[in-house]
Amino acid sequence: MKRTPLYDRHVEMGAKTVPFGGWEMPVQYTGIIEEHHATRSAAGLFDISHMGQINVRGPDALAFLQHLCTQDVESIAEGLANYSLMCYPDGGIVDDIFIYHLPDRYLVVVNASNADKDFDWMQQHSQGFNVQLENISDQTTMLALQGPRAEAILDRITDIDVTALWFHGVVEGVLLGDVPAIIARTGYTGEDGFELFFDNMYAARIWDGLLEEGQADGLKPIGLGARDSLRFEPKLALYGHEISETINPYEAALGWVVKLDKGDFIGRETLQRIKAEGPRRKLVGLRMVGRGIARQGYPVQAVEGDAVGEVTSGMPSPTLGENLALALVRADVAKIGTELDVVIRGKPVRAQVVKTPFYQTRYKK
Amino acid sequence: MAYNTPQDCLYAKSHEWVRIEGDEATIGISDYAQHALGDVVFAELPDIGRKLSKGESFGVVESVKAASDVYAPISGEVIAINEALLDAPETLNSDPYDAGWIIRLRPDNAEADRADLLDAAAYEQHVEDEASKH
Repeated sequence: MKRTPLYDRHVEMGAKTVPFGGWEMPVQYTGIIEEHHATRSAAGLFDISHMGQINVRGPDALAFLQHLCTQDVESIAEGLANYSLMCYPDGGIVDDIFIYHLPDRYLVVVNASNADKDFDWMQQHSQGFNVQLENISDQTTMLALQGPRAEAILDRITDIDVTALWFHGVVEGVLLGDVPAIIARTGYTGEDGFELFFDNMYAARIWDGLLEEGQADGLKPIGLGARDSLRFEPKLALYGHEISETINPYEAALGWVVKLDKGDFIGRETLQRIKAEGPRRKLVGLRMVGRGIARQGYPVQAVEGDAVGEVTSGMPSPTLGENLALALVRADVAKIGTELDVVIRGKPVRAQVVKTPFYQTRYKK
Repeated sequence: MAYNTPQDCLYAKSHEWVRIEGDEATIGISDYAQHALGDVVFAELPDIGRKLSKGESFGVVESVKAASDVYAPISGEVIAINEALLDAPETLNSDPYDAGWIIRLRPDNAEADRADLLDAAAYEQHVEDEASKH
């Protein structure tokens, strides 16, 4: 099991750790609900060094990423980042990724559990392109600083004017006087916030420095438990839940990430057909009407009893105070207001299809 | 980390406690268990009158992250359930040995079942052993 450079810090701070994507990661420090609220109302600091980082350089870097990704990478100007998918020829999803366009390269951030698979996939498809791929996951520390106080906290410890950094903007700058870092206005909580990348040798210094600087603003360390509930409320997909190799982007409500008219890319033909035919399954939001919490993998059935799909993520929403779920269901029962049953430990419990996202994102645009 | 482990209870290795008083036994989850679960947000309780065998799952306690079964430390018939937990499941976190009790049983054979349970000292050792595995 791998550990991030901050593992000892997490344990010292009382975090409970769990295995996640091959890593031993903090799931919570003081409690998921408290950490969730701290991020929504003040700020949260997340160690996300388990995520993978891959540099893509060379004259064909753009052409290569265009071939690999569903997003129009050409539209990601230097100094910007955007969300994308890599798909298989059959339309299934290899991974969801973030692409950061830096002056001398593209930095691709991938899910921890997929990091090796993604790097192999990228290498396999790099033939014929003049590109250099470099997996820098093992030397890179990645932190997310998220929440309404994130901008004020970060602004005090960096040389760049973060208040002028656009949503999805990315720059190279310095933290705490002399630590070279990549600073991006990105994140996966639904709040305004930043992601920071720097060499492992600075990990403890930046972690401690940020927590000290942000203490008066209510900054708290946040574990994977609250990271999951924070991404769930604004319906941000998580690999292995809402997306996987057997789920296509249109089913996962990620059609907006697929730019069919940008030119050829892996999976384009199949995705064009799926779009034209309409997806057979759709990702919907469910609000539990009966008593019970829907969890990933629980069957969803029509009120008459027909199996129609399954829950991809479910939990009590800390912000809304309701038991909510995301479920991939047959397209004909996906309409808002439809009543369905979630089968919880063998018993059908009534739920209703509701509008998503459950929580409206508060990005600074 | 030290957990609260009252002397007047017996404990199952699966982290339930039982307090046997006359022909009634009260059952709940240990301080260690509530701590390991994190914020409890939901409790599913059995019906009164249900007969439980030792080791049988009789309810579910859910945190934000996961659902966990609760097992009967002794055999018996359910004679009371703590309905207050349905509206305030967080009582399992704040007061696991008193207000956070889960069910009361009329034991079938408490004396025989006792043999497999741990006293407070042995349970503390069991918790320590489990913690050191992580």
